[in-house]
Amino acid sequence: MSSGTLYDKVWDLHRVSELPGGSTQLFIGLHLIHEVTSPQAFAALNDLGLRVRHPELTVATVDHIVPTTSQARPFADPLAEQMLATLERNCAEHGIALHGIGSGRQGIVHVIAPELGLTQPGMTVACGDSHTSTHGAFGAIAFGIGTSQVRDVLASQSLAMGKLKVRRIWVDGQLQSGVYAKDLVLHVIRTLGVKGGVGYAYEFAGPAIEALSMEGRMTLCNMAIEGGARCGYVNPDRTTFEALRGRPCAPAGGAWDRAVAWWSSLASGPDAKFDDEVRFDAAAIPPTVTWGITPGQGIGVDEALPTLEQTHPDERPLAQEAYRYMDLQPGKPIAGTPVDVCFIGSCTNGRLSDLQAAAAVAKGRQVAPGIKAFVVPGSEQVAAAAEAEGLDRVFLAAGFEWREPGCSMCLAMNPDRLEGRQISASSSNRNFKGRQGSASGRTLLMSPAMVAAAAIAGKVSDVRRLLPTMPGQP
Amino acid sequence: MGPIKGLRGRAVAVAGDDIDTDRIIPARFLKCITFEGLGRQVFADDRAERPGSHPFDQPEAQAASLLVVNRNFGCGSSREHAPQALMRWGIRAVVGESFAEIFYGNCLALGIPCFTAPHDGVLNLQAALVADPTLEFVVCLDTLLLQASDGQRWQLELQQGPRMMLLSGQWDATSQLLAHGPELERLAGTLPYLNGF
Repeated sequence: MSSGTLYDKVWDLHRVSELPGGSTQLFIGLHLIHEVTSPQAFAALNDLGLRVRHPELTVATVDHIVPTTSQARPFADPLAEQMLATLERNCAEHGIALHGIGSGRQGIVHVIAPELGLTQPGMTVACGDSHTSTHGAFGAIAFGIGTSQVRDVLASQSLAMGKLKVRRIWVDGQLQSGVYAKDLVLHVIRTLGVKGGVGYAYEFAGPAIEALSMEGRMTLCNMAIEGGARCGYVNPDRTTFEALRGRPCAPAGGAWDRAVAWWSSLASGPDAKFDDEVRFDAAAIPPTVTWGITPGQGIGVDEALPTLEQTHPDERPLAQEAYRYMDLQPGKPIAGTPVDVCFIGSCTNGRLSDLQAAAAVAKGRQVAPGIKAFVVPGSEQVAAAAEAEGLDRVFLAAGFEWREPGCSMCLAMNPDRLEGRQISASSSNRNFKGRQGSASGRTLLMSPAMVAAAAIAGKVSDVRRLLPTMPGQP
Repeated sequence: MGPIKGLRGRAVAVAGDDIDTDRIIPARFLKCITFEGLGRQVFADDRAERPGSHPFDQPEAQAASLLVVNRNFGCGSSREHAPQALMRWGIRAVVGESFAEIFYGNCLALGIPCFTAPHDGVLNLQAALVADPTLEFVVCLDTLLLQASDGQRWQLELQQGPRMMLLSGQWDATSQLLAHGPELERLAGTLPYLNGF
């Protein structure tokens, strides 16, 4: 059993009571809500005659259903309009801050909370969205919940939880130029599998993790859930503190120094015990691309697709299904696979450094004929920062579309979606069947720089060859 | 809501590992402000991909209340719409090799037990259903025994916490959580980040 880890410390600090069923009542320090998984929770709360217990610890935005072309109200889609109107009404009735469209603070919930300094080390963070694990990048314990649990947090500011085991994922060395946090996490999931993390929190540690920027750490923790781990985290350090300093909701003045001292005390100590540890060498990780229908079905861009004989017998039925669905040939190289649509954005890779890395590839080049390529900033703040440094113009000049912020084609709840059998190069997090809005649409997951490279070439390409000297790692 | 001691009914098997919640309920059906009506959309794209041949479209399965699955069922999105869609279609319990955690918790919050059984046991159960889709089953939360109308039996497992919650009718956590208000506020008073550090 783990002890002395950040997870153990934060768990202990937030334990309210032990419940009769054997689970623990855990206090939730920050509850993030959005339009898709909250309406039924508010309805249930109203049915029970309850109020939101701590509206000041609850923060809302709208992201999943927003269109990225015109965000004028009312939305063209009446169902989307109804969902946003419902969120607006619920937030107004319960006194919850809503960062709506045009506020300057709207965006994907996992982009805006860190941006506002809401997400801080040592917190428990819950949200009705599986990618809540993102916030673990700050040394918070953050996890996705369902709508019944959203109701529970609204009503009680707490959740009935079981404690997870802790696996340390230790990454030595340094990522190569052109290899990003996205490649690292796709590599981890490829190695440990999509169910490897079930029952675990993932602590990401080691020199390669310490060298990652906050945005890289967010990409990494974001996809812990794709490896089955409900939460992933990185111990807070100087990079964390510098990323928080000056944010609107971060502590300031005398509280800042006290906060840094407390945050520092939460990191897993040298005598911390883990339930498991797995080691990786960052230098050995190539740009990684998925070829199948789970995020674990990934390979290096310079590798050939695995044959069924090379696939573990347990994984063969899924590999067969993936090959049928994707219409790719075992044994063929993944590089050179033609794509139709290129999507840069999402809570995984829709932050400023992601757009910078993609723009560095796109600059002075042209999207290949017939390719639809578009960039969706993760938030209004990301959009403004990118526009301030001219990234929008770089993308537009290269033939990309520059859109308004939202979740967009990551899950295609808005009008952005694949058509028919189209295949996308996508900086998002899931390549599930039908994920990007067409029941037969296909998704290849990769880093934003790799998506830009695919857009230019019209096919999967090794970004390292396109740009031999890459700028700083995001 | 009340105690759940067990259930009785037909079963339907959906084979395959890593069946994600996007497949159980595609995202376009999440554009709703109530869960009503989701039952009709369950596995919508998988069913459309093989018209008439999906397990959920078989006549014998129409009255099924038990779902039999393989490994890591319900992975991916946290959408409670997935167990809601299954429940509104008629599913009251799931037997599988393993489950994704968020899905498991979402099912428990709806009073749907997710039992586990070893790989061979699940394959054997799925084979029995292929051989005779009209089998009737009884599953008991006390003994964790699943019995088919032809006499076959399977020993299931269910985590002790969820099992006690279902047996005692306390699977909806809200009232338990609300019972500890004073302790919760005391704890909030100790957290540095809520008290100016």
